[in-house]
Amino acid sequence: MSILVQNVSKSFGDFAALHDVSVEIPSGSLTALLGPSGGGKSTLLRVIAGLEQPDTGRVEIEGVEATALPPQRRGVGFVFQHYAAFKHMTVERNVAFGLSIRHKPKEEIRQRVQELLELVHLEQFAHRYPSQLSGGQRQRMALARALAVEPKVLLLDEPFGALDAQVRKELRAWLRRLHDQVHVTTVFVTHDQEEAMEVADEIVVMAGGEVKQIGSPDELYERPASEFVMSFLGPVTKIGGELVRPHDVEILTAGTAGARPALISRVTRLGFEVRVDLEVEGEPAWAQVTRGTADHLGLKSGDRVWVLPHKVRTSVAASVGETPPAS
Amino acid sequence: MTRWGLRGVALVYLAFLLMMPVGVILWRTFQHGFGPVTDALTTSQAVHAFRVTAIVAGFAVVLNTVFGVAAAILLVRHRFPGRRILDAVIDLPIAVSPVVVGLALILVYGRNTSVGGWLGDRGFPIIFSIPGMVIATTFVALPLVVRAVAPVLEEIGEEQEQAAATLGASTFQRFTRITLPSIRGALAYGVVLALARSLGEYGAVAVVSGRVVGQTQTVTLFVQERYQNFDQTAAYAAATALVVVAVVSLIISRFLRPRGGER
Repeated sequence: MSILVQNVSKSFGDFAALHDVSVEIPSGSLTALLGPSGGGKSTLLRVIAGLEQPDTGRVEIEGVEATALPPQRRGVGFVFQHYAAFKHMTVERNVAFGLSIRHKPKEEIRQRVQELLELVHLEQFAHRYPSQLSGGQRQRMALARALAVEPKVLLLDEPFGALDAQVRKELRAWLRRLHDQVHVTTVFVTHDQEEAMEVADEIVVMAGGEVKQIGSPDELYERPASEFVMSFLGPVTKIGGELVRPHDVEILTAGTAGARPALISRVTRLGFEVRVDLEVEGEPAWAQVTRGTADHLGLKSGDRVWVLPHKVRTSVAASVGETPPAS
Repeated sequence: MTRWGLRGVALVYLAFLLMMPVGVILWRTFQHGFGPVTDALTTSQAVHAFRVTAIVAGFAVVLNTVFGVAAAILLVRHRFPGRRILDAVIDLPIAVSPVVVGLALILVYGRNTSVGGWLGDRGFPIIFSIPGMVIATTFVALPLVVRAVAPVLEEIGEEQEQAAATLGASTFQRFTRITLPSIRGALAYGVVLALARSLGEYGAVAVVSGRVVGQTQTVTLFVQERYQNFDQTAAYAAATALVVVAVVSLIISRFLRPRGGER
């Protein structure tokens, strides 16, 4: 295990940010801490980095007890949402910072900085100041700076959160490729399930200061441990009191075992997919079907049809007080 | 129309309050040419007064710089019981009359008090000597560095320092390599203001110094004492010297003043 977090709790005044959290992160993996804001994921990352002290529990990094170590002795690289660029230094000196602190020879620093700037495609910006860079460039600089000291683990706190959608998509793919090149154990915090699913090998779902589920993106999507995880990881709808993914709702023109009668209230064509809004036993629900299916069945609003939900998740596991995100 | 009216009012106001008095001093100083001015400023008494002012202001500025940065970091970066009280107390020297400050210092450090007596017995008198004047001057100039530095510390936030920590920087390295360069402009501005304030301090110093000519006389005290002894040439000359230093400090501070969006 590269990172071991055991029974960590942390409160800020009355607010319990982390409650008895235990997580193991394997070496060389790319893990996402996913959850709604205020769920404790950033606090957990900061506890791992040593930027916050846990009230109870312990942290181990690469087999070394790290709970009492200050951040500068943990061997972690940390990337902040708002870059935390050293504004009074050029890009080159930002990246060189960790090495010059360690009094490495000048020539070695120069070479390493050059390599890293090439890795993050900033070689022509070496002599600029952070204020002369775009958000995406600043974040790549911050990443190069964190990688310069060859950290045992790389921690990214909502690294793309402050960037616009297009740049965010590019950087995601780029982070994935970078990780395949560098192989450093990486943990990143995000509240964007799509980002987590796209980039991470493993996802730790957190909410209310607790770990809700740990698993690969497929496992979480296919076998969510709770209604919360299910609704956080993708769209859901409720049919007969049970949660189901809209694309797992089959629409039939004739009744069959397990099917429920429904009334189509609206059909929205979104390119390849079609969103069918329904009324099932007086409750609103929706199904997602392909254009082909919709055309084949000739669905239109006002039609009376039957719906058959597959792979439903019975709501027994749902605990009190868990609210799915509004989206 | 109103714009011109406002400008006119501002100009007249400044003219009567500031420009005319300063102008008259300059004119009076140089009305007989440079000779008498140089003579008046090179008497041993005058030279000594300048030296005392330099020593007192020098110590006060150094103390206030160190304390000011430390207090600003404490106020901005730390949460502790009594923080708001400290925050309020720092502005006290602006509210309290310097004369009151001087009297208070005599009550605490005077020869007849336990603290002052104890120190005096060990050859370290506070009141009627340089240490008391340094304390008084430090006190009146206390808020200037803190108030210049604190907002900038607030604005730059903690993340750069935290980033430096994860990159291996010790507390000292974070301070010298990240914090200090980030507040450099504001700190210089605060230091210049503190210097100007320290050079011009009169009330508190007048009370604690005992105004011993040739011993505890600063330039401001020298101006007052010369004027009262009808040596107007020396009084005007020294006053002009003070004005020149103050104006130069303010011009420097204009250039150092932190501008919005500085790099």
